Amino acid sequence: MSILIDEKTPILVQGITGDKGSFHTKEMIDYGSNVVAGVTPGKGGKTHHGVPVFNTVREAVRETGAQASITFVAPAFCADAIMEAADSGVRLICSITDGIPAQDMMRVKRYFLRFPKDRRPMMVGPNCAGIISPGKAMLGIMPGHIYKQGAVGLISRSGTLGYEAASQLKALGLGISTSVGIGGDPINGSSFLDHLVLFDKDPETKAVLIIGEIGGPQEAEASAWIKENFSKPVIGFVAGLTAPKGRRMGHAGAIISASGDSAAEKTEIMKSYGLTVAPSPAEFGSTVAKVLQSA
Amino acid sequence: MDVHEYQAKEILASHGVDIPPGTVAFSPDQAVYAATELGGSHWVVKAQIHAGARGKAGGVKLCRTYHEVQQAARDLLGKRLVTGQTGPEGKPVQRVYVEVADPFERELYLGYVLDRKLERVRVIASKHGGMEIEEIAKNTPDELLQVIVEPAVGLQQFQARELAFQLGLNIKQVSRAVKTIMGAYRAFRDNDATMLEINPLVVTKDDKVLALDAKMSFDDNALFRRRNIVDMNDPSQSDPREAQAAEHSLNYIGLDGEIGCIVNGAGLAMATMDMIKHAGGNPANFLDVGGGASPERVATAFRLVLSDRRVKVVLVNIFAGINRCDWVAQGVVDAVRAEKIEGVPLVVRLAGTNVEAGKKIIAESGIPIIQADTLAEAAEKAVAAYKGAK
Repeated sequence: MSILIDEKTPILVQGITGDKGSFHTKEMIDYGSNVVAGVTPGKGGKTHHGVPVFNTVREAVRETGAQASITFVAPAFCADAIMEAADSGVRLICSITDGIPAQDMMRVKRYFLRFPKDRRPMMVGPNCAGIISPGKAMLGIMPGHIYKQGAVGLISRSGTLGYEAASQLKALGLGISTSVGIGGDPINGSSFLDHLVLFDKDPETKAVLIIGEIGGPQEAEASAWIKENFSKPVIGFVAGLTAPKGRRMGHAGAIISASGDSAAEKTEIMKSYGLTVAPSPAEFGSTVAKVLQSA
Repeated sequence: MDVHEYQAKEILASHGVDIPPGTVAFSPDQAVYAATELGGSHWVVKAQIHAGARGKAGGVKLCRTYHEVQQAARDLLGKRLVTGQTGPEGKPVQRVYVEVADPFERELYLGYVLDRKLERVRVIASKHGGMEIEEIAKNTPDELLQVIVEPAVGLQQFQARELAFQLGLNIKQVSRAVKTIMGAYRAFRDNDATMLEINPLVVTKDDKVLALDAKMSFDDNALFRRRNIVDMNDPSQSDPREAQAAEHSLNYIGLDGEIGCIVNGAGLAMATMDMIKHAGGNPANFLDVGGGASPERVATAFRLVLSDRRVKVVLVNIFAGINRCDWVAQGVVDAVRAEKIEGVPLVVRLAGTNVEAGKKIIAESGIPIIQADTLAEAAEKAVAAYKGAK
């Protein structure tokens, strides 16, 4: 098993005919993802990479039964695209888009509350690399070949740091059940915690690696939950030890603006809740290996 | 993006927040003229920089005569003001704000932030204005008043009224405070602000409620729809290299180490800096060349990093995903040739797609590039190269 997606998950691509949407649709299909539909307003009725294109998400869902979507939509229009997918019954929405205004994301999150909890969509991102269940399916933009199928769950804010972790694991012969990029924005669709809940129930996942960064309360929140509820070993890391206070380190959300935001503080919090912290970003693989051996 | 105090006040005033009469001035003469036009008998001349704690640093001067106004403006303009928030190099003062200084009875605090945990706007108020919010939170945490805004409907009058009464205002002041609290909320929402602070919000003897100081920051991701805010940008307040980087849509933050970094992805860039520290060195900068890492971007990145005189070694760390390493390697080689980079040891670590082809291009380029296979090795070699060069 894996979480969120597998080879059967019917996927729809919002913005399939744009440059990025088109390129990554091809990559996802080549990896084995079940891409069943695309949406570009005004291009309905055409096919793209052999996939039928629709004007609206509602139509695409009705005709193809798509359950997961990925958005390659410009920042100004992306919140709208996400709400369209939610309203059409898409249950998993992955947004790659970097640059969505924070107030738009605030509205998106508020909009989700109109759905009862058991039908509320899971959103991954924005500003993320997406989701991959190695050997099964990819709903994202990562290079699939660096991921080996296996038993480690991976949740990372950063895309490239997630790649770094995946390749370190692979070099040691360790694989991944599912890797989720939750994105670098201050308000994101889902947090570490949302995915830890899923990994807890996934029998294939034996341990989870969470890679956070400076800014925001989500690493601390997840660590507290892990101590009380999580049954598997968790390895943690927080990037940005050298980041100065008050400066935005690339990601819109990577900024030390409140107490508890710094890498040192978050690392201490992780340790205090019993997580094993990787001593450096070069030791993701070796730390996970050690934890798995002693488990 | 940050704006100056006078700009934040302009925005607030246009949303119904009362402010003391004031004018921005670019020269001492203009400051005097402003004071004569504003009228009154006392004025404050305030240095306009993108940082707080100006008062303690001598950036706010109370003046009783036109001559004092002129002298204050002369003292401030053209200088760099160093405050507790600017760093040791300070910020250049190119404008002053001349404001009528009338006495007031109480100093309150009013702030708005995007709360990341609640994913909503949080309004914070306190009876104890005039000091930093961290101090207020530390000294009188029980008296910190808070209201959470429901995004579907926005801030409601009753919430503002509750705050106003809790601040201990009389009924006449309450109605003015409600207008201020609601107006400031609209200024925050309608301009995609991420932070708005009115500190102090003062109450005068004749029951006026005025924003005496104001600070606003805006969501960079929303600037595409906030032309009015973009027009307020003052590039003199940012590091010139950062401004130059922004022009090329690169993310650059200058630090004070010796090892320059060029990395793709913000997370990996931070991790690379962490690794340098771990290996005993100090990073000179944060630089994310983005997922693309095209040859042009890599070349621009080299120019930026090397324009920092402190940089003694450059470390390039690229994890090629969709882009192939061979393409990135060619970009690095071309950039090194075009920029004639000499005398600065260069460590390159490539990983990901087509890594062998990429390494071959670098090895065969004839350029003395130190290659590394892993993140740890890259950081260690960069630090060793720095120590060797020293």
